[in-house]
Amino acid sequence: MCLAIPAKVTRVESSGDGTVDYIGSEVRTNFALLPGVKPGDWVIIHAGFAISKLSRKEARETLKLIKEIERYENGA
Amino acid sequence: MPNKKATMSLLEKIRKTTRVLGRPIRLMEVCGTHTMAIHKYGLKSQLEEARVETVSGPGCPVCITPDSIHEAAIELVTGREGTILATFGDMTRVPTRKGSLQTAVPAPGSLVKIVYSPEEGLEAARRARDKDVVLFGAGFETTIPGIAFTTRRAREEKVRNFSVLTAFWLIPPAIKAILESGECAVDGFLYPGHVSVIIGEKPYAFIPAKYGIPGAIAGFEPEDILKGVLSVLGQIRTRRPRVANEYSRVVKPEGNPIALALMKEMLEPWDAYWRGLGTIPQSGLRLRKKFAALDAAARYGLKTGGRGREARGCRCGEVLRGVARPTDCRHFGKVCNPGFPLGPCMVSYEGACLVQYTYSRTLR
Repeated sequence: MCLAIPAKVTRVESSGDGTVDYIGSEVRTNFALLPGVKPGDWVIIHAGFAISKLSRKEARETLKLIKEIERYENGA
Repeated sequence: MPNKKATMSLLEKIRKTTRVLGRPIRLMEVCGTHTMAIHKYGLKSQLEEARVETVSGPGCPVCITPDSIHEAAIELVTGREGTILATFGDMTRVPTRKGSLQTAVPAPGSLVKIVYSPEEGLEAARRARDKDVVLFGAGFETTIPGIAFTTRRAREEKVRNFSVLTAFWLIPPAIKAILESGECAVDGFLYPGHVSVIIGEKPYAFIPAKYGIPGAIAGFEPEDILKGVLSVLGQIRTRRPRVANEYSRVVKPEGNPIALALMKEMLEPWDAYWRGLGTIPQSGLRLRKKFAALDAAARYGLKTGGRGREARGCRCGEVLRGVARPTDCRHFGKVCNPGFPLGPCMVSYEGACLVQYTYSRTLR
């Protein structure tokens, strides 16, 4: 249940609602717990809420690890 | 193995350290997502070869929620007309004496709705004003702030047909209970990465200070986990226990202050009952009295107290305390399997039994 994955912010409304790009899918996300988040920022999402910011480099690091794992699991 | 070079080099360092220590080391991971990652990436056997045993702790919120609360949810949706019970997917499959939310037959006009986010529960309440929507929210510190936010929002927007059945659990008091019981001897802890995103490093400080036990906050990729293990081994070797943060790219030392303030505003601690661990002082959170109108237990007179009665022979409680391994249970993989789970540890994708069954069935 505490699975949480990096995603790129694509839209933030004044209400705190918005969307992220999560490995190519648009997912509705709430940003109320992370004020000041802007489109283009990287965040960690858990159960529809952004809970932590990541630097671009840090997000890439995690996504790189995830992609390597996928490649490995697909037998490449 | 992903990024083979890095993980192999970390494993080699781990092997060298345990050789210096000259004894096997036992670490507890207090997070179901860690349990899953350790098995899924094949680290379990690699670590065992390096003389590091990992034991699962009470890291699965679906699992530690006692039957009494699951049964209250089932009673609500079967006994009350026009009720939408919104909950996370895993919660619907937990078997109780009253069946599960998936086998329950809802009352006329009632239904069970699986949601990914608490906000979807509120949205359902906005759309169906003639129904009562109850969000059955179980979770640790990672999940609680989102549910608290949605609950406050329902109040602000005056969505009066929305309430929450809370099953909110706090990790540090549970670790304290495990240490106080003295049942499970561990040399160190891997602290849950995403719980720590919210609470930061400080709430674990009593563990090295009072009990002299090392620990590290760790992420969920193979390298993250091995870095955490190596940090704990280093602390054992130097006899300098502390709270190391090996997931600092995500976890800030102070946690998430907005989420912490929101939890404090909406919720109060209480002596909650955990499956397997019993009643632990100040280990649960519930809505403060002034939010009673949003509290489904108060609003619908639900009996959520106590333990409920668990399936005979199910050792889920012992697994959650770290005193039994899934394979110690005579039902494991036989009468208890993912198709017919006897207890929640075989239901949740973070449950120690399901993880063991899925990834490491041959391991003893």
